[in-house]
Amino acid sequence: MRLIILDKSEDVALWAAKYIRKCINTFNPGPDRLFNLGLPTGSTPLGTYRQLINFYKEGTVSFKYVRTFNMDEYVGLPRDHPESYHSFMFNNFFKHIDIDPINVNILDGNAPDLEAECNAYEKKISDCGGIELFVGGIGPDGHIAFNEPGSSLSSRTRVKTLAMDTILANARFFDGDITKVPHEALTVGVATVMDAREVMILITGAAKAFALHKAIEEGVSHMWTVSALQMHPKTTLICDEDATLELKVKTVKYFKSLMRVHNKLVDE
Amino acid sequence: MTSSPKFHHCDQLIKFYNCFIIRDGQLVKEDFWIKSGKIINPEPIFYDEKSKPDVVIDCKHNIIAPGYIDLQINGGYGFDFSNDNVDIEKAIDSVARGIVASGVTSFCPTLITQSPESYKKIIPFIHRRPGSLENGASILGLHLEGPFINRKKRGAHPEHLVRDNIMKSFNELVDVYGTLEDVAIITLAPELDGGSIIKEIVSHNIIVSMGHSVATLNQGYVAISNGANFITHLFNAMLPFHHRDPGLVGLLAHSYPNSSKVPVYYGIIADGIHTHDAALRIAYQTNPDGLVCVTDAISALGLEPGKKHKLGEQFIEICDSKAFIAGTETLCGSIATMSQCVRNLNAVTNCGIVKAVECASLHPAQVLGITEFKGTLNFGSDADFIILDNQLNVLATFIGGQKVWIADHFPIKAAQLS
Repeated sequence: MRLIILDKSEDVALWAAKYIRKCINTFNPGPDRLFNLGLPTGSTPLGTYRQLINFYKEGTVSFKYVRTFNMDEYVGLPRDHPESYHSFMFNNFFKHIDIDPINVNILDGNAPDLEAECNAYEKKISDCGGIELFVGGIGPDGHIAFNEPGSSLSSRTRVKTLAMDTILANARFFDGDITKVPHEALTVGVATVMDAREVMILITGAAKAFALHKAIEEGVSHMWTVSALQMHPKTTLICDEDATLELKVKTVKYFKSLMRVHNKLVDE
Repeated sequence: MTSSPKFHHCDQLIKFYNCFIIRDGQLVKEDFWIKSGKIINPEPIFYDEKSKPDVVIDCKHNIIAPGYIDLQINGGYGFDFSNDNVDIEKAIDSVARGIVASGVTSFCPTLITQSPESYKKIIPFIHRRPGSLENGASILGLHLEGPFINRKKRGAHPEHLVRDNIMKSFNELVDVYGTLEDVAIITLAPELDGGSIIKEIVSHNIIVSMGHSVATLNQGYVAISNGANFITHLFNAMLPFHHRDPGLVGLLAHSYPNSSKVPVYYGIIADGIHTHDAALRIAYQTNPDGLVCVTDAISALGLEPGKKHKLGEQFIEICDSKAFIAGTETLCGSIATMSQCVRNLNAVTNCGIVKAVECASLHPAQVLGITEFKGTLNFGSDADFIILDNQLNVLATFIGGQKVWIADHFPIKAAQLS
């Protein structure tokens, strides 16, 4: 497991975007060989999307042969609701780049049979040859996608009832009214993420500091689902200084000493 | 990717990018999508149809705005709609095709006071019709200015044809005009309403505009409560503002008795000639949401400056963007384009690009109650829009998604995506 420590959240966004660009370009995707990319929503990855859009506009990356799988979507929220993850992805990323809509996959939270929808999603991922790079963020309680504390570490894509913490945190997007926040979501499971050949997690801000500590300095725990990535062969966590507040000095110093090596990962 | 000039194929999905668009009262950096003559929401196209744009057009960081709507235009390019001796269809076609160069995508051909006979020779030949490359700007219906106006404020209307008796029945009106089928607006003096005339006109889905009138403020209130919602060329041909009875001008201040807060709109000729800059500022600052730019243009609109032109019985000359009766210094009407009026409004009132554009697009559409289709760039609206530079010069005009005009110096290219 790698931990990349950068000064500010903007540095995290840029580094992550460069890393994604490098992965896509190294893979050298084509019409018969798409690059499968897992994507998150939320405020943390916004800066990364902005950087990727800039890279697309300057011509250093193309999404023409990229296939995306999003992590999650609310249940029962109209797709065109401004807070739906479909809207988020379209407005903050897809409409700005050259991705082919037929290569975009987002769980349908309004599907008549939610379980069938989830199973079909899993099948599609594996039929496509699995995900090359899964990008994610984490919640303050260490959840990855909507795998709230207590989720099975071998979970697959399924319907999840959201934890009250998550509902409260999301209320700000729904006029501060928790009754308007959907209480259920479809989400990929921890094991779905673990199946990806590579995972990249973005962690910024002091509010995520304790979760980062739990993710890397303590053992694997279903109460901090992101900690499962300790068992993943190729995971990169990218954080800013604020997010390191709960880490041991020794941990921070160790990973910072590796930055010379890590920075080579994004050299073009 | 290959270049192709054919980007007016209506059923194609077209994306304009590198543009700022006027939407919800703001100038936002946003792509603009059209298909089948309508402005569309690209999100369902992406997720449901899963289709990509067929054509993309680089707008080079210019502004996309709703097309202008001119509610009062008497003619242009040598044609006067109020002349029953001309080929009215040719007159309509010439004006409709000409005004697109100044960003006008819809208009109401306007007739000044006529005899009943000549109304019957003109009105039946002007119909509502959608705009296109061939048709030019859309026709939203006629604006009949007169003859039910006050003799004292008749302006250039022929005195012997003015009918300023109190109107008693709606049939009087029908008798004079003949048909009202394609009429959108009637300008009348509200003090001539003998009871229910305004109500009846409005019930026929025709807008009543107050003008050529000596109405007091109270008479104006009564007209509004009966359904009138527009004032014809504010300040011109009405009582001047007086502090004890501000007359129709006072309607701008907007606090009606019985608190029936119906918005009232007012047309104004913001050409810098027919309305003094100070008067324009007073109007705008009193009621910015009601201001409607109209050109009130006459047949000399679009004619070559420096030459004498025979219009009707008169010779006129164009000099410094003003039309004079030849050899005199008598102004004979407005010849400013809508584009000039919008620029002038912005320069004089400092209202900003969005507000200036809305005065020539959103507000006139609100007067006619057609904002669902025209006057905004909302999803589902007709793709009647213009491309403007940041000085509000018109660079291109589109009607129903078709490119109908483009400035020579603005070579936008459509890239056809394979």
